[in-house]
Amino acid sequence: MSNDPKRWVAGHVAALPKSGIRDFFELVAKMKGQDVISLGVGEPDFVTPWNIREAAIFALERGKTYYTSNLGMIELRRAISTYVTEHFGVDYRPEDQVIVTVGVSEALDLALRAFCNPGDKVMFHQPCYVSYHPSISLVHAQGVAVPTFAKDNFALTAEALRAAWQPGCKVLMLNLPCNPTGGTCDRVQLEAIAAFCREKDLLVLSDEIYSELTFEGTHTSIASLPGMAERTIFLHGFSKAFAMTGWRLGYACGPAALIDAMMKVHQYTMLCASIIAQEAALEALTRGWDSVLMMREQYHRRRDLVVRRFNEIGLKCHSPRGSFYAFPSVAATGRNEKDFASGLLLEQKVAVVPGSAFGDNGVGHVRACFATSYEQLIVACDRIERFVQAPQK
Amino acid sequence: MNPVLKLLLEGGSLTTAQIAQVAGLSVSEVEQHLEQLKKDKILLGWRPVLDLSREAATAATVRAVIEVKISPERGGGFNRLAERLARFDEVESCYLMSGGYDLLVFVKGASLQKVAGFVSEKLSTIEGVLSTSTHFMLRCYKDQGFLLDVGEATTTRLNVAP
Ligand SMILES: Cc1ncc(COP(=O)(O)O)c(C=O)c1O
Repeated sequence: MSNDPKRWVAGHVAALPKSGIRDFFELVAKMKGQDVISLGVGEPDFVTPWNIREAAIFALERGKTYYTSNLGMIELRRAISTYVTEHFGVDYRPEDQVIVTVGVSEALDLALRAFCNPGDKVMFHQPCYVSYHPSISLVHAQGVAVPTFAKDNFALTAEALRAAWQPGCKVLMLNLPCNPTGGTCDRVQLEAIAAFCREKDLLVLSDEIYSELTFEGTHTSIASLPGMAERTIFLHGFSKAFAMTGWRLGYACGPAALIDAMMKVHQYTMLCASIIAQEAALEALTRGWDSVLMMREQYHRRRDLVVRRFNEIGLKCHSPRGSFYAFPSVAATGRNEKDFASGLLLEQKVAVVPGSAFGDNGVGHVRACFATSYEQLIVACDRIERFVQAPQK
Repeated sequence: MNPVLKLLLEGGSLTTAQIAQVAGLSVSEVEQHLEQLKKDKILLGWRPVLDLSREAATAATVRAVIEVKISPERGGGFNRLAERLARFDEVESCYLMSGGYDLLVFVKGASLQKVAGFVSEKLSTIEGVLSTSTHFMLRCYKDQGFLLDVGEATTTRLNVAP
Protein backbone atom coordinates (compact mmCIF):
# COMPACT_ATOMS: atom_id res chain seq x y z
CA MET A 1 0.00 0.00 0.00
CA SER A 2 1.22 3.48 -0.81
CA ASN A 3 2.28 5.75 2.03
CA ASP A 4 1.85 8.95 0.09
CA PRO A 5 -0.62 11.18 1.96
CA LYS A 6 -1.77 12.40 -1.43
CA ARG A 7 -3.67 9.14 -1.83
CA TRP A 8 -6.36 10.70 0.33
CA VAL A 9 -6.78 13.81 -1.81
CA ALA A 10 -9.90 13.70 -3.94
CA GLY A 11 -9.23 13.22 -7.61
CA HIS A 12 -10.94 16.37 -8.80
CA VAL A 13 -9.07 18.43 -6.22
CA ALA A 14 -5.73 16.89 -7.12
CA ALA A 15 -6.52 17.72 -10.74
CA LEU A 16 -7.08 21.45 -10.07
CA PRO A 17 -4.31 23.45 -11.67
CA LYS A 18 -2.09 25.51 -9.40
CA SER A 19 -3.10 29.13 -9.53
CA GLY A 20 -0.88 31.28 -11.75
CA ILE A 21 -1.33 34.00 -9.18
CA ARG A 22 0.12 31.75 -6.53
CA ASP A 23 3.27 31.12 -8.62
CA PHE A 24 3.76 34.79 -9.03
CA PHE A 25 3.02 35.49 -5.40
CA GLU A 26 5.89 33.23 -4.45
CA LEU A 27 8.22 34.97 -6.88
CA VAL A 28 7.36 38.34 -5.38
CA ALA A 29 7.67 36.99 -1.84
CA LYS A 30 11.29 36.09 -2.60
CA MET A 31 12.02 39.76 -3.22
CA LYS A 32 11.00 40.87 0.22
CA GLY A 33 12.72 44.03 1.40
CA GLN A 34 13.65 45.14 -2.11
CA ASP A 35 11.35 48.13 -2.59
CA VAL A 36 8.96 46.31 -4.90
CA ILE A 37 6.00 48.36 -6.06
CA SER A 38 3.14 45.97 -6.41
CA LEU A 39 0.48 46.46 -9.03
CA GLY A 40 -0.34 42.83 -8.49
CA VAL A 41 -2.95 43.30 -5.83
CA GLY A 42 -6.66 42.71 -6.15
CA GLU A 43 -8.00 44.99 -3.46
CA PRO A 44 -8.30 48.67 -2.56
CA ASP A 45 -5.39 50.49 -0.95
CA PHE A 46 -7.87 52.40 1.19
CA VAL A 47 -8.52 51.20 4.69
CA THR A 48 -12.21 50.64 5.43
CA PRO A 49 -13.74 54.07 6.18
CA TRP A 50 -13.60 54.81 9.89
CA ASN A 51 -17.34 55.12 10.48
CA ILE A 52 -17.71 51.53 9.26
CA ARG A 53 -14.86 50.28 11.44
CA GLU A 54 -16.30 52.19 14.37
CA ALA A 55 -19.71 50.60 13.88
CA ALA A 56 -18.08 47.17 14.19
CA ILE A 57 -16.31 48.19 17.37
CA PHE A 58 -19.59 49.45 18.77
CA ALA A 59 -21.26 46.17 17.87
CA LEU A 60 -18.62 44.28 19.79
CA GLU A 61 -19.03 46.59 22.76
CA ARG A 62 -22.74 45.86 22.80
CA GLY A 63 -21.98 42.16 22.87
CA LYS A 64 -23.01 41.35 19.33
CA THR A 65 -21.16 38.09 19.23
CA TYR A 66 -23.83 35.58 18.26
CA TYR A 67 -24.91 33.71 15.18
CA THR A 68 -27.42 35.56 13.07
CA SER A 69 -30.26 33.98 11.10
CA ASN A 70 -28.99 31.86 8.23
CA LEU A 71 -29.98 34.42 5.65
CA GLY A 72 -28.31 37.22 7.60
CA MET A 73 -29.65 39.98 9.88
CA ILE A 74 -33.01 41.17 8.60
CA GLU A 75 -31.96 44.82 9.07
CA LEU A 76 -29.03 44.23 6.77
CA ARG A 77 -31.13 42.36 4.22
CA ARG A 78 -33.57 45.29 4.21
CA ALA A 79 -30.72 47.70 3.64
CA ILE A 80 -29.35 45.51 0.85
CA SER A 81 -32.76 45.33 -0.76
CA THR A 82 -33.09 49.13 -0.70
CA TYR A 83 -29.55 49.60 -1.98
CA VAL A 84 -30.02 47.17 -4.86
CA THR A 85 -33.28 48.83 -5.86
CA GLU A 86 -31.70 52.28 -5.80
CA HIS A 87 -28.46 51.39 -7.56
CA PHE A 88 -29.43 48.57 -9.88
CA GLY A 89 -33.16 49.02 -10.40
CA VAL A 90 -34.14 45.52 -9.32
CA ASP A 91 -36.49 44.75 -6.42
CA TYR A 92 -35.79 41.85 -4.08
CA ARG A 93 -37.80 40.97 -0.99
CA PRO A 94 -35.55 41.08 2.09
CA GLU A 95 -37.47 38.17 3.64
CA ASP A 96 -36.73 35.50 1.07
CA GLN A 97 -34.84 36.88 -1.92
CA VAL A 98 -31.63 38.02 -0.28
CA ILE A 99 -28.94 35.93 1.39
CA VAL A 100 -25.89 37.35 3.15
CA THR A 101 -22.73 35.37 2.52
CA VAL A 102 -19.07 35.22 3.41
CA GLY A 103 -17.96 37.35 0.49
CA VAL A 104 -19.02 37.01 -3.09
CA SER A 105 -16.66 34.03 -2.97
CA GLU A 106 -19.09 32.04 -0.86
CA ALA A 107 -22.08 33.24 -2.84
CA LEU A 108 -20.47 31.97 -6.05
CA ASP A 109 -19.70 28.64 -4.47
CA LEU A 110 -23.22 28.31 -3.06
CA ALA A 111 -24.76 29.07 -6.41
CA LEU A 112 -22.63 26.54 -8.24
CA ARG A 113 -23.32 23.89 -5.62
CA ALA A 114 -27.02 24.63 -5.54
CA PHE A 115 -27.58 24.70 -9.28
CA CYS A 116 -25.12 22.30 -10.90
CA ASN A 117 -25.49 18.59 -11.28
CA PRO A 118 -22.31 16.71 -12.09
CA GLY A 119 -21.57 17.15 -15.77
CA ASP A 120 -23.64 20.31 -16.23
CA LYS A 121 -21.90 22.91 -18.34
CA VAL A 122 -21.17 26.36 -16.98
CA MET A 123 -20.15 29.14 -19.35
CA PHE A 124 -17.86 31.92 -18.24
CA HIS A 125 -16.07 34.63 -20.15
CA GLN A 126 -12.31 34.53 -20.13
CA PRO A 127 -9.91 36.13 -19.09
CA CYS A 128 -11.72 35.95 -15.79
CA TYR A 129 -11.38 35.94 -12.05
CA VAL A 130 -9.08 33.08 -11.10
CA SER A 131 -11.66 31.24 -8.99
CA TYR A 132 -14.33 30.76 -11.61
CA HIS A 133 -13.08 27.73 -13.44
CA PRO A 134 -11.83 25.86 -10.34
CA SER A 135 -15.14 26.56 -8.54
CA ILE A 136 -16.96 24.97 -11.45
CA SER A 137 -14.66 21.94 -11.37
CA LEU A 138 -15.19 21.58 -7.62
CA VAL A 139 -18.89 20.86 -8.13
CA HIS A 140 -18.08 18.34 -10.88
CA ALA A 141 -19.51 20.59 -13.51
CA GLN A 142 -17.77 21.41 -16.74
CA GLY A 143 -16.47 24.87 -17.55
CA VAL A 144 -17.02 26.33 -21.00
CA ALA A 145 -14.81 29.35 -21.60
CA VAL A 146 -16.09 32.12 -23.83
CA PRO A 147 -13.29 34.35 -25.10
CA THR A 148 -13.38 38.11 -24.86
CA PHE A 149 -11.03 40.16 -27.00
CA ALA A 150 -8.87 43.24 -26.76
CA LYS A 151 -10.47 44.59 -29.94
CA ASP A 152 -13.82 44.76 -28.09
CA ASN A 153 -12.17 46.24 -24.98
CA PHE A 154 -12.88 42.83 -23.48
CA ALA A 155 -16.64 43.26 -23.55
CA LEU A 156 -18.47 39.95 -23.79
CA THR A 157 -20.34 39.64 -27.07
CA ALA A 158 -23.42 37.58 -27.80
CA GLU A 159 -21.64 36.27 -30.91
CA ALA A 160 -18.80 34.81 -28.87
CA LEU A 161 -21.35 33.29 -26.51
CA ARG A 162 -23.20 31.67 -29.36
CA ALA A 163 -19.99 30.37 -30.87
CA ALA A 164 -18.94 28.76 -27.59
CA TRP A 165 -22.32 27.41 -26.59
CA GLN A 166 -22.80 23.64 -26.56
CA PRO A 167 -25.73 21.40 -25.66
CA GLY A 168 -25.78 20.90 -21.89
CA CYS A 169 -24.91 24.50 -21.01
CA LYS A 170 -27.02 25.50 -18.03
CA VAL A 171 -25.38 28.44 -16.33
CA LEU A 172 -23.62 31.60 -17.50
CA MET A 173 -21.26 33.37 -15.12
CA LEU A 174 -20.88 37.08 -15.80
CA ASN A 175 -18.43 39.47 -14.23
CA LEU A 176 -18.89 43.02 -15.44
CA PRO A 177 -16.87 45.15 -14.86
CA CYS A 178 -14.41 42.34 -15.20
CA ASN A 179 -11.42 41.29 -13.15
CA PRO A 180 -8.79 41.25 -14.75
CA THR A 181 -9.68 43.14 -17.94
CA GLY A 182 -11.84 46.00 -16.69
CA GLY A 183 -14.15 45.06 -19.54
CA THR A 184 -17.79 46.08 -19.35
CA CYS A 185 -20.84 45.73 -21.57
CA ASP A 186 -23.12 48.58 -22.48
CA ARG A 187 -26.85 48.16 -22.35
CA VAL A 188 -27.17 47.14 -25.98
CA GLN A 189 -24.53 44.45 -25.64
CA LEU A 190 -26.16 43.23 -22.42
CA GLU A 191 -29.54 43.04 -24.10
CA ALA A 192 -28.09 40.77 -26.77
CA ILE A 193 -26.55 38.57 -24.09
CA ALA A 194 -29.85 38.52 -22.19
CA ALA A 195 -31.73 37.51 -25.33
CA PHE A 196 -29.27 34.67 -25.84
CA CYS A 197 -29.75 33.51 -22.23
CA ARG A 198 -33.51 33.47 -22.66
CA GLU A 199 -33.20 31.61 -25.94
CA LYS A 200 -30.97 28.92 -24.44
CA ASP A 201 -32.70 28.96 -21.03
CA LEU A 202 -29.48 29.82 -19.20
CA LEU A 203 -29.37 30.75 -15.54
CA VAL A 204 -27.11 33.79 -15.06
CA LEU A 205 -24.78 34.24 -12.10
CA SER A 206 -23.95 37.91 -12.33
CA ASP A 207 -20.95 38.92 -10.20
CA GLU A 208 -21.19 42.71 -10.08
CA ILE A 209 -18.63 43.28 -7.36
CA TYR A 210 -16.92 46.13 -9.27
CA SER A 211 -20.12 47.85 -10.39
CA GLU A 212 -19.75 50.94 -8.17
CA LEU A 213 -16.35 51.47 -9.73
CA THR A 214 -17.78 52.41 -13.11
CA PHE A 215 -16.13 55.56 -14.37
CA GLU A 216 -18.12 56.47 -17.45
CA GLY A 217 -21.84 56.17 -17.91
CA THR A 218 -23.89 54.08 -15.55
CA HIS A 219 -23.55 50.42 -14.76
CA THR A 220 -26.43 48.28 -16.01
CA SER A 221 -27.22 45.05 -14.23
CA ILE A 222 -28.40 42.23 -16.45
CA ALA A 223 -30.95 41.45 -13.74
CA SER A 224 -32.68 44.74 -14.51
CA LEU A 225 -33.38 43.81 -18.15
CA PRO A 226 -36.86 42.56 -19.04
CA GLY A 227 -37.38 38.89 -18.31
CA MET A 228 -33.99 38.50 -16.62
CA ALA A 229 -34.60 38.87 -12.87
CA GLU A 230 -36.30 35.48 -12.84
CA ARG A 231 -33.22 33.80 -14.34
CA THR A 232 -30.47 35.79 -12.65
CA ILE A 233 -28.67 35.45 -9.35
CA PHE A 234 -27.31 38.90 -8.58
CA LEU A 235 -24.06 38.63 -6.64
CA HIS A 236 -22.52 41.55 -4.88
CA GLY A 237 -20.41 42.42 -1.88
CA PHE A 238 -18.62 45.02 0.14
CA SER A 239 -15.01 44.14 -0.62
CA LYS A 240 -14.23 46.51 -3.46
CA ALA A 241 -16.53 49.54 -3.37
CA PHE A 242 -16.43 49.92 0.40
CA ALA A 243 -12.80 48.78 0.77
CA MET A 244 -13.85 45.87 3.00
CA THR A 245 -12.00 42.87 1.59
CA GLY A 246 -10.90 41.50 4.95
CA TRP A 247 -14.41 41.57 6.40
CA ARG A 248 -15.54 38.79 4.07
CA LEU A 249 -19.06 39.92 3.37
CA GLY A 250 -21.20 39.61 0.28
CA TYR A 251 -24.72 38.72 -0.75
CA ALA A 252 -26.84 37.09 -3.39
CA CYS A 253 -30.29 38.13 -4.58
CA GLY A 254 -32.61 36.19 -6.81
CA PRO A 255 -35.87 34.29 -7.16
CA ALA A 256 -36.99 32.96 -3.76
CA ALA A 257 -36.80 29.30 -4.79
CA LEU A 258 -33.20 29.72 -5.93
CA ILE A 259 -32.12 31.71 -2.87
CA ASP A 260 -33.73 28.99 -0.78
CA ALA A 261 -31.64 26.34 -2.54
CA MET A 262 -28.50 28.39 -1.86
CA MET A 263 -29.63 28.85 1.74
CA LYS A 264 -29.82 25.08 2.17
CA VAL A 265 -26.16 24.72 1.31
CA HIS A 266 -25.23 27.80 3.31
CA GLN A 267 -27.00 26.68 6.49
CA TYR A 268 -25.16 23.37 6.54
CA THR A 269 -21.76 24.64 5.51
CA MET A 270 -21.40 28.19 6.81
CA LEU A 271 -24.39 28.74 9.10
CA CYS A 272 -24.16 32.50 8.74
CA ALA A 273 -21.75 35.31 7.95
CA SER A 274 -19.94 37.04 10.79
CA ILE A 275 -22.28 39.26 12.78
CA ILE A 276 -19.58 41.88 13.25
CA ALA A 277 -19.07 42.15 9.52
CA GLN A 278 -22.84 42.33 9.06
CA GLU A 279 -23.09 45.21 11.51
CA ALA A 280 -20.29 47.01 9.69
CA ALA A 281 -21.99 46.38 6.36
CA LEU A 282 -25.20 47.92 7.64
CA GLU A 283 -23.27 51.08 8.43
CA ALA A 284 -21.61 50.94 5.00
CA LEU A 285 -24.96 50.83 3.24
CA THR A 286 -26.57 53.52 5.35
CA ARG A 287 -23.72 56.02 5.66
CA GLY A 288 -20.91 54.86 3.40
CA TRP A 289 -21.81 56.24 0.00
CA ASP A 290 -19.77 59.44 0.24
CA SER A 291 -16.68 57.36 0.89
CA VAL A 292 -17.44 55.20 -2.14
CA LEU A 293 -17.66 58.30 -4.30
CA MET A 294 -14.42 59.70 -2.90
CA MET A 295 -12.58 56.45 -3.60
CA ARG A 296 -14.10 56.11 -7.05
CA GLU A 297 -12.94 59.58 -7.98
CA GLN A 298 -9.40 58.70 -7.02
CA TYR A 299 -9.48 55.39 -8.91
CA HIS A 300 -10.78 57.30 -11.90
CA ARG A 301 -7.82 59.68 -11.92
CA ARG A 302 -5.38 56.86 -11.30
CA ARG A 303 -6.87 54.95 -14.20
CA ASP A 304 -6.43 57.91 -16.51
CA LEU A 305 -2.85 58.24 -15.35
CA VAL A 306 -1.76 54.63 -15.86
CA VAL A 307 -3.67 54.08 -19.08
CA ARG A 308 -2.14 57.22 -20.58
CA ARG A 309 1.34 56.26 -19.45
CA PHE A 310 1.01 52.65 -20.65
CA ASN A 311 -0.04 53.78 -24.10
CA GLU A 312 2.77 56.35 -24.22
CA ILE A 313 5.23 53.64 -23.23
CA GLY A 314 3.93 51.47 -26.06
CA LEU A 315 1.90 49.01 -24.01
CA LYS A 316 -1.41 49.20 -25.81
CA CYS A 317 -4.11 49.49 -23.21
CA HIS A 318 -7.83 50.17 -23.47
CA SER A 319 -9.29 52.44 -20.85
CA PRO A 320 -11.25 50.15 -18.54
CA ARG A 321 -14.70 51.63 -17.95
CA GLY A 322 -14.85 49.94 -14.58
CA SER A 323 -12.84 48.10 -11.87
CA PHE A 324 -9.36 49.04 -10.73
CA TYR A 325 -7.46 46.95 -13.25
CA ALA A 326 -5.67 47.95 -16.42
CA PHE A 327 -4.95 45.10 -18.81
CA PRO A 328 -2.31 46.28 -21.27
CA SER A 329 -0.91 44.22 -24.10
CA VAL A 330 2.82 43.54 -23.87
CA ALA A 331 3.00 42.19 -27.42
CA ALA A 332 4.91 45.21 -28.72
CA THR A 333 7.80 44.44 -26.38
CA GLY A 334 8.42 41.12 -28.08
CA ARG A 335 8.04 39.29 -24.77
CA ASN A 336 5.30 36.99 -23.67
CA GLU A 337 3.35 38.01 -20.60
CA LYS A 338 5.22 35.72 -18.22
CA ASP A 339 8.66 36.87 -19.28
CA PHE A 340 7.47 40.44 -19.20
CA ALA A 341 6.12 40.11 -15.66
CA SER A 342 9.11 38.26 -14.25
CA GLY A 343 11.61 40.47 -16.10
CA LEU A 344 9.88 43.61 -14.89
CA LEU A 345 9.89 42.29 -11.35
CA LEU A 346 13.54 41.29 -11.33
CA GLU A 347 14.96 44.24 -13.25
CA GLN A 348 12.74 47.10 -12.16
CA LYS A 349 10.95 45.78 -9.10
CA VAL A 350 7.40 46.29 -10.23
CA ALA A 351 4.94 43.44 -9.82
CA VAL A 352 2.15 42.93 -12.34
CA VAL A 353 0.27 39.68 -12.92
CA PRO A 354 0.71 37.77 -16.18
CA GLY A 355 -2.60 37.70 -18.05
CA SER A 356 -2.41 33.95 -18.57
CA ALA A 357 -3.08 33.52 -14.83
CA PHE A 358 -6.65 34.50 -15.76
CA GLY A 359 -7.02 31.91 -18.49
CA ASP A 360 -5.66 31.19 -21.93
CA ASN A 361 -7.30 34.24 -23.41
CA GLY A 362 -5.19 36.47 -21.21
CA VAL A 363 -1.96 35.66 -23.03
CA GLY A 364 -0.01 38.64 -24.28
CA HIS A 365 -1.40 40.86 -21.53
CA VAL A 366 -0.61 41.69 -17.93
CA ARG A 367 -2.93 42.90 -15.20
CA ALA A 368 -1.89 46.07 -13.41
CA CYS A 369 -4.00 47.11 -10.46
CA PHE A 370 -4.11 50.87 -10.02
CA ALA A 371 -5.45 50.84 -6.46
CA THR A 372 -2.22 52.45 -5.27
CA SER A 373 -1.17 56.03 -4.52
CA TYR A 374 -0.40 58.50 -7.29
CA GLU A 375 3.21 58.70 -6.16
CA GLN A 376 3.69 54.95 -6.39
CA LEU A 377 1.89 54.73 -9.72
CA ILE A 378 4.13 57.40 -11.21
CA VAL A 379 7.28 55.65 -10.03
CA ALA A 380 5.93 52.31 -11.24
CA CYS A 381 5.18 53.74 -14.69
CA ASP A 382 8.67 55.28 -14.86
CA ARG A 383 10.19 51.92 -14.03
CA ILE A 384 8.02 50.11 -16.58
CA GLU A 385 9.15 52.64 -19.15
CA ARG A 386 12.80 51.98 -18.33
CA PHE A 387 12.18 48.25 -18.54
CA VAL A 388 10.50 48.48 -21.92
CA GLN A 389 13.21 50.73 -23.34
CA ALA A 390 16.15 48.74 -22.00
CA PRO A 391 17.73 46.28 -24.42
CA GLN A 392 16.38 42.79 -23.76
CA LYS A 393 18.62 40.46 -21.86
CA MET B 1 -13.35 73.37 -11.15
CA ASN B 2 -9.68 74.05 -11.75
CA PRO B 3 -8.23 70.50 -12.18
CA VAL B 4 -5.25 71.33 -10.02
CA LEU B 5 -7.49 72.59 -7.24
CA LYS B 6 -9.37 69.30 -7.37
CA LEU B 7 -6.17 67.44 -6.61
CA LEU B 8 -5.14 69.90 -3.91
CA LEU B 9 -8.47 69.32 -2.21
CA GLU B 10 -7.56 65.66 -1.78
CA GLY B 11 -4.90 66.89 0.61
CA GLY B 12 -1.95 64.92 -0.71
CA SER B 13 1.46 66.48 -1.10
CA LEU B 14 2.23 65.97 -4.74
CA THR B 15 5.00 67.87 -6.48
CA THR B 16 4.17 69.99 -9.50
CA ALA B 17 5.53 67.23 -11.74
CA GLN B 18 3.37 64.63 -10.02
CA ILE B 19 0.28 66.81 -10.26
CA ALA B 20 1.01 67.19 -13.96
CA GLN B 21 1.07 63.42 -14.45
CA VAL B 22 -2.04 62.74 -12.45
CA ALA B 23 -4.05 65.53 -14.05
CA GLY B 24 -2.70 64.76 -17.51
CA LEU B 25 -1.26 68.26 -17.94
CA SER B 26 2.18 69.61 -18.70
CA VAL B 27 4.24 71.01 -15.85
CA SER B 28 3.88 74.53 -17.21
CA GLU B 29 0.11 74.14 -17.42
CA VAL B 30 0.05 73.10 -13.77
CA GLU B 31 2.16 76.12 -12.91
CA GLN B 32 -0.28 78.34 -14.77
CA HIS B 33 -3.19 76.83 -12.88
CA LEU B 34 -1.37 77.41 -9.60
CA GLU B 35 -0.67 81.01 -10.58
CA GLN B 36 -4.33 81.48 -11.42
CA LEU B 37 -5.36 80.05 -8.06
CA LYS B 38 -3.07 82.52 -6.36
CA LYS B 39 -4.37 85.40 -8.44
CA ASP B 40 -7.92 84.40 -7.55
CA LYS B 41 -6.84 84.39 -3.89
CA ILE B 42 -7.93 80.79 -3.52
CA LEU B 43 -4.45 79.41 -2.99
CA LEU B 44 -2.92 81.48 -0.19
CA GLY B 45 0.22 79.49 0.49
CA TRP B 46 1.74 76.17 1.47
CA ARG B 47 2.36 74.84 4.95
CA PRO B 48 3.70 71.58 6.25
CA VAL B 49 1.69 69.80 8.94
CA LEU B 50 4.12 69.20 11.80
CA ASP B 51 4.02 67.38 15.10
CA LEU B 52 6.08 69.90 17.04
CA SER B 53 6.12 67.79 20.17
CA ARG B 54 8.57 65.40 18.55
CA GLU B 55 11.30 67.95 17.92
CA ALA B 56 13.23 69.03 21.01
CA ALA B 57 13.60 72.60 19.85
CA THR B 58 9.86 73.07 19.43
CA ALA B 59 8.46 70.67 21.99
CA ALA B 60 7.62 73.49 24.36
CA THR B 61 5.42 75.25 21.81
CA VAL B 62 2.12 76.19 23.31
CA ARG B 63 -1.14 76.52 21.49
CA ALA B 64 -4.34 78.04 22.76
CA VAL B 65 -7.80 78.86 21.51
CA ILE B 66 -9.30 82.09 22.73
CA GLU B 67 -12.94 83.01 22.71
CA VAL B 68 -13.15 86.73 22.24
CA LYS B 69 -16.14 88.99 22.67
CA ILE B 70 -15.90 92.27 20.83
CA SER B 71 -18.27 95.12 20.23
CA PRO B 72 -19.39 95.47 16.63
CA GLU B 73 -19.05 98.84 15.01
CA ARG B 74 -21.55 100.79 13.07
CA GLY B 75 -20.84 100.29 9.38
CA GLY B 76 -18.06 97.75 9.67
CA GLY B 77 -19.57 95.15 12.00
CA PHE B 78 -16.87 92.89 13.36
CA ASN B 79 -14.51 93.08 10.41
CA ARG B 80 -12.20 95.92 11.30
CA LEU B 81 -11.47 94.59 14.73
CA ALA B 82 -11.19 90.99 13.56
CA GLU B 83 -8.69 91.93 10.87
CA ARG B 84 -6.70 93.99 13.30
CA LEU B 85 -6.51 91.11 15.69
CA ALA B 86 -5.71 88.59 12.99
CA ARG B 87 -2.60 90.47 11.93
CA PHE B 88 -0.63 89.56 15.03
CA ASP B 89 2.00 86.94 14.23
CA GLU B 90 0.93 84.92 17.23
CA VAL B 91 -2.49 84.40 15.68
CA GLU B 92 -2.62 81.30 13.47
CA SER B 93 -6.29 81.44 12.64
CA CYS B 94 -9.19 83.68 13.44
CA TYR B 95 -12.87 83.06 12.83
CA LEU B 96 -16.08 84.97 13.35
CA MET B 97 -18.46 82.66 15.19
CA SER B 98 -22.12 82.37 15.89
CA GLY B 99 -23.15 81.74 19.48
CA GLY B 100 -21.83 82.83 22.84
CA TYR B 101 -18.81 84.80 21.69
CA ASP B 102 -17.71 86.57 18.53
CA LEU B 103 -14.21 85.57 17.51
CA LEU B 104 -12.41 82.27 17.92
CA VAL B 105 -8.69 82.90 17.81
CA PHE B 106 -6.00 80.22 17.55
CA VAL B 107 -2.66 81.37 18.86
CA LYS B 108 0.75 79.80 19.10
CA GLY B 109 3.74 80.78 21.22
CA ALA B 110 7.10 79.45 22.33
CA SER B 111 5.95 79.15 25.94
CA LEU B 112 2.99 79.54 28.23
CA GLN B 113 4.27 82.93 29.37
CA LYS B 114 4.51 84.19 25.82
CA VAL B 115 0.95 83.22 25.00
CA ALA B 116 -0.33 84.54 28.30
CA GLY B 117 1.53 87.77 27.72
CA PHE B 118 0.06 88.13 24.28
CA VAL B 119 -3.46 87.69 25.59
CA SER B 120 -3.14 90.01 28.53
CA GLU B 121 -1.02 92.72 26.94
CA LYS B 122 -2.07 92.76 23.33
CA LEU B 123 -5.33 91.08 22.73
CA SER B 124 -7.39 92.11 25.72
CA THR B 125 -6.18 95.68 25.64
CA ILE B 126 -7.40 96.38 22.14
CA GLU B 127 -10.19 98.88 22.25
CA GLY B 128 -13.45 97.09 21.48
CA VAL B 129 -12.38 93.75 22.94
CA LEU B 130 -14.85 93.14 25.73
CA SER B 131 -13.61 89.87 27.15
CA THR B 132 -11.40 86.88 26.42
CA SER B 133 -11.52 83.31 27.56
CA THR B 134 -8.33 81.37 26.90
CA HIS B 135 -8.10 77.58 26.62
CA PHE B 136 -4.67 76.04 26.40
CA MET B 137 -4.37 72.93 24.30
CA LEU B 138 -2.93 70.01 26.22
CA ARG B 139 -2.40 67.44 23.54
CA CYS B 140 -3.02 67.11 19.83
CA TYR B 141 -4.55 63.94 18.40
CA LYS B 142 -5.30 65.05 14.89
CA ASP B 143 -4.12 68.08 12.99
CA GLN B 144 -5.54 69.17 9.64
CA GLY B 145 -6.53 65.66 8.70
CA PHE B 146 -3.40 63.96 9.99
CA LEU B 147 -3.54 61.62 12.95
CA LEU B 148 -0.64 62.05 15.35
CA ASP B 149 1.20 59.13 16.73
CA VAL B 150 -1.46 56.44 16.43
CA GLY B 151 -0.34 53.06 15.36
CA GLU B 152 -2.40 52.94 12.17
CA ALA B 153 -1.40 49.52 10.97
CA THR B 154 1.12 49.76 8.19
CA THR B 155 -0.43 48.16 5.18
CA THR B 156 -0.63 44.41 5.33
CA ARG B 157 -2.02 44.06 1.85
CA LEU B 158 -0.71 41.02 0.07
CA ASN B 159 1.63 41.89 -2.77
CA VAL B 160 -0.12 39.66 -5.23
CA ALA B 161 -3.76 38.67 -4.89
CA PRO B 162 -6.48 37.45 -7.20
C1 LIG C 1 -14.62 39.13 -9.86
C2 LIG C 1 -14.49 38.85 -8.43
N1 LIG C 1 -15.44 38.14 -7.80
C3 LIG C 1 -15.33 37.86 -6.50
C4 LIG C 1 -14.24 38.26 -5.75
C5 LIG C 1 -14.18 37.89 -4.30
O1 LIG C 1 -14.90 38.80 -3.58
P1 LIG C 1 -15.20 38.66 -2.02
O2 LIG C 1 -14.11 39.39 -1.32
O3 LIG C 1 -16.53 39.32 -1.86
O4 LIG C 1 -15.24 37.22 -1.70
C6 LIG C 1 -13.23 39.00 -6.36
C7 LIG C 1 -12.04 39.42 -5.60
O5 LIG C 1 -10.99 39.67 -6.10
C8 LIG C 1 -13.36 39.30 -7.73
O6 LIG C 1 -12.41 40.00 -8.36
